[in-house]
Amino acid sequence: MFDFSEISKWLHGLLTGVMPEWAAILTESVLVALAIITLYAVFAIVLIYMERKVCAFFQCRLGPMRVGPWGTLQVFSDVFKMLTKEIINLRKTDMFLHNLAPFLVVMASMVTFACLPWNKGAQIIDFNIGVFFFLAVSGIGVVGILLAGWSSNNKYSLIGAMRSGAQIISYELSIGMTMLTMICLTGTMSFSEICEQQSVEGWNIFRGHIPAVLAFIIYLVAGNAECNRGPFDLPESESELTAGYHTEYSGMHFGYYYLAEYLNLFICAGMASTIFLGGWAPLHIAGLDGFNGVMDLIPGAVWFLVKTFFVVFLLMWLRWTFPRLRIDQILSLEWKYLVPITMLNLILMALVVVYGLHF
Amino acid sequence: MNFTLFVTALLTGISFVAVVTILAKLISPRSFNEQKEEAYECGVPTRGRSWMQFRVGYYLFAILFLMFDVETMFLFPWAVVMRSLGPNGLAAVLFFLFVLVLGLAYAWRKGALKWQ
Repeated sequence: MFDFSEISKWLHGLLTGVMPEWAAILTESVLVALAIITLYAVFAIVLIYMERKVCAFFQCRLGPMRVGPWGTLQVFSDVFKMLTKEIINLRKTDMFLHNLAPFLVVMASMVTFACLPWNKGAQIIDFNIGVFFFLAVSGIGVVGILLAGWSSNNKYSLIGAMRSGAQIISYELSIGMTMLTMICLTGTMSFSEICEQQSVEGWNIFRGHIPAVLAFIIYLVAGNAECNRGPFDLPESESELTAGYHTEYSGMHFGYYYLAEYLNLFICAGMASTIFLGGWAPLHIAGLDGFNGVMDLIPGAVWFLVKTFFVVFLLMWLRWTFPRLRIDQILSLEWKYLVPITMLNLILMALVVVYGLHF
Repeated sequence: MNFTLFVTALLTGISFVAVVTILAKLISPRSFNEQKEEAYECGVPTRGRSWMQFRVGYYLFAILFLMFDVETMFLFPWAVVMRSLGPNGLAAVLFFLFVLVLGLAYAWRKGALKWQ
């Protein structure tokens, strides 16, 4: 397996050769920042295009076709349109909070984006408490959404933000507890170690069999809710609240929410592929050495992206298949069904691990 | 090194929003209109204040969330060392979970999970 940390070590050696230590670290930080922004923009554009096409095909339409071949330039033109629109300053808003909210939302999604393990050694932030760090940072996004709704001085925004807040914090429990379930199995919280382990011992969803599959399904449901998507998109339900918490945002200010929404979808799927489906670890079947050898030839980044886009497709499928739920249905689904089930699942996984019943 | 990268990612997010906002403000057209600065509530003129008291149901769920979130925080260290603790650690955590489920059951019984 190709190890990306050799490249970063080589680059570090090269830079420290020509400049002092602090300057080398500064240069590396700038390179990392550029990489984050590039990947962020590229994946936002890819995901928006994919969402529009997938949605269209689910509804027996063609989707965007006019701009560029198969509408591939549609999203670029949308981005430029958004950039050239006026950012309207409303009269009665809380100006400071209104301008602060997009910062928090984008910041939270960028820091969590940097936690994804792209390849062996190609991970930007790699704490030993990675999962915990991820959950903590992703919680900041809720603050941005609540601030956006509150500062807009608009009743629709306020209702949307309150719904969103209640929904996201409720479903964060399920996300946290399904991740906890898988940590029982892996015994480590660092993403790089989780992937390393899965490349040797097989993917977690196969290792943990019944409790892992249950946890994966619950994670998909809760992940859809966490991204304000799918049957859980009532914070911004167009037909009743115009656009929910970002009604009063115009131009690029609205664009940040749009970007962060799609990137959160990607991050959610990336986490699912890291924790359940092995991240960059190739598919290995015990006993088939030739097959395993061929699988090892495919680079880790390709494995990661294929798995992530598979999960993204699952999430989009969920989104365009189910009708929207009501707020009381959403909350009772979480508190009366998912929380007890995840707790039982946690105990089941604990029993499986303690008595060595996993693969 | 990890903290440097964490701060880098944080600053990237902040500077991305700041730079793009400034760019958008520079290149976007500007026009002034009395009605444009009104709150957009589907064309109907706004009545009353929007910063008002809100229904208590949302806060009840927030309080419940606080309880369970702190619980997950306590469970993370246990999950990491679970293998070496073995059945004894599992029994202790089962007791801990039992107390928590009692809390959820109490809230359920009292009707905190019902949306009136």
